[in-house]
Amino acid sequence: MRVGILAVQGAFIEHERVLRRLGADAVEIRQRRDFADVDGLILPGGESTAQALLLKKLELFDAVRSAVLDGLPVLATCAGLILLARKLDRDDSVHLGTLPVTVRRNAYGRQLGSFETRSSVGDIADFPLVFIRAPFVTETAPGVDVLASVGGRTVGVRYENQIGLAFHPEMTDDLRVHEMFIRLIRGRLGA
Amino acid sequence: MDKKQYELNKGLAQMLKGGVIMDVTTPEQAKIAEDAGACAVMALERIPADIRAAGGVSRMSDPKMIKGIQAAVSIPVMAKCRIGHFVEAQILEAIEIDYIDESEVLSPADDVYHIDKTQFRVPFVCGARDLGEALRRVQEGAAMIRTKGEPGTGDVVQAVRHIRKMNSEIRKAVSLGPDQLFEEAKQLRVPYDLLLSVHENGKLPVVNFAAGGVATPADAALMMQLGAEGVFVGSGIFKSGNPAKRAAAIVQAVTNFRDAKLIAELSEDLGEAMVGINPAEIKLIMEERGQ
Repeated sequence: MRVGILAVQGAFIEHERVLRRLGADAVEIRQRRDFADVDGLILPGGESTAQALLLKKLELFDAVRSAVLDGLPVLATCAGLILLARKLDRDDSVHLGTLPVTVRRNAYGRQLGSFETRSSVGDIADFPLVFIRAPFVTETAPGVDVLASVGGRTVGVRYENQIGLAFHPEMTDDLRVHEMFIRLIRGRLGA
Repeated sequence: MDKKQYELNKGLAQMLKGGVIMDVTTPEQAKIAEDAGACAVMALERIPADIRAAGGVSRMSDPKMIKGIQAAVSIPVMAKCRIGHFVEAQILEAIEIDYIDESEVLSPADDVYHIDKTQFRVPFVCGARDLGEALRRVQEGAAMIRTKGEPGTGDVVQAVRHIRKMNSEIRKAVSLGPDQLFEEAKQLRVPYDLLLSVHENGKLPVVNFAAGGVATPADAALMMQLGAEGVFVGSGIFKSGNPAKRAAAIVQAVTNFRDAKLIAELSEDLGEAMVGINPAEIKLIMEERGQ
């Protein structure tokens, strides 16, 4: 199994380490030619404006967008969730726009608003949630499953092949969210 | 600062990796930096080259000017305080800056002590010339390190020297036997536990960026190939002929720092680079501040 990790900017090495621990091959995607023969894709945390710009400049944007629309399993964390969102709250920009949710950037404020807590994520009980200048989901379209909420705010969603999380499972030692993603990829490979 | 907050602060630096942090002096420059793909901006009244030219005492920027930049962009905003000036740091924390740079670029306020950064919730980045300086700053609570380089010169030589020295000292720490680490910690004047962490992991316990004298896409890629996890660009952008184009080119060179063909394309038609000054011409050596 080969999982691509968007590596244009941000915390992609953290995801690579988790994938290796789970026995999957991780491929860094830094430009168009790297994006081939992957069974899944991770959009890591980082700065969404910088990542979005680089996706376009490095001619990755259309290829990634059509792959996700074609059903490529994707796990997006923090900035990745912002890239996937169909709409941004209080912001006119839209990036890949494949996930039918509205997301508010920097929803908890600046770095002093960053925090850690625990909650369930889908079927996973008591998972550590790390929020760093994090967004949250303000609206979801029908068909979107809410995987996690904190204080009444939606912070994790799944829609078909797309998992979008406002927090950072790659910053913890808990591998269960990535295992869920690997199962999603296996399900599609088996089908 | 509790341990959780420190982990979150180190975590923000992890999110900045593979990116470029740009010095800006106005909201307009901040916008240019954000649109060029900067992962954060450093708000300051004068860029290092102008601080160097102006001479005199250089202090924390006007909070109003910093707030103007915070309002202009959605990416993290950093600002500098003087070495040892913990009240300037308290002020920056009060206006909810995302990262404080306790910086040798400004005139030091204390010639012995750095700020006790463990007393703050806001994260700090500090400059270092070698492993000893880096680990001393981490012990004081820094959540991110950058090379000092020699700011405002447009000359990358000191930043290269600093990262090379850090790399060789890290390799040495890895290769030493556990019984030799005690003496090495003493020699480097650092806590044993931090040196043990370097010995075990082969890297600093926090993210390490390059800074000081980066002026071209090639300079940025050089620092990345030497092991920096991202790059600060100070005077190099807004002292050049075409800041927007140069900034965007440096951002892409940092992402694809091993692709010489791409960096060649990125290096074309950037206009005039900052003129810069040589080490021999420098009167004020900033890297020696705060050891």
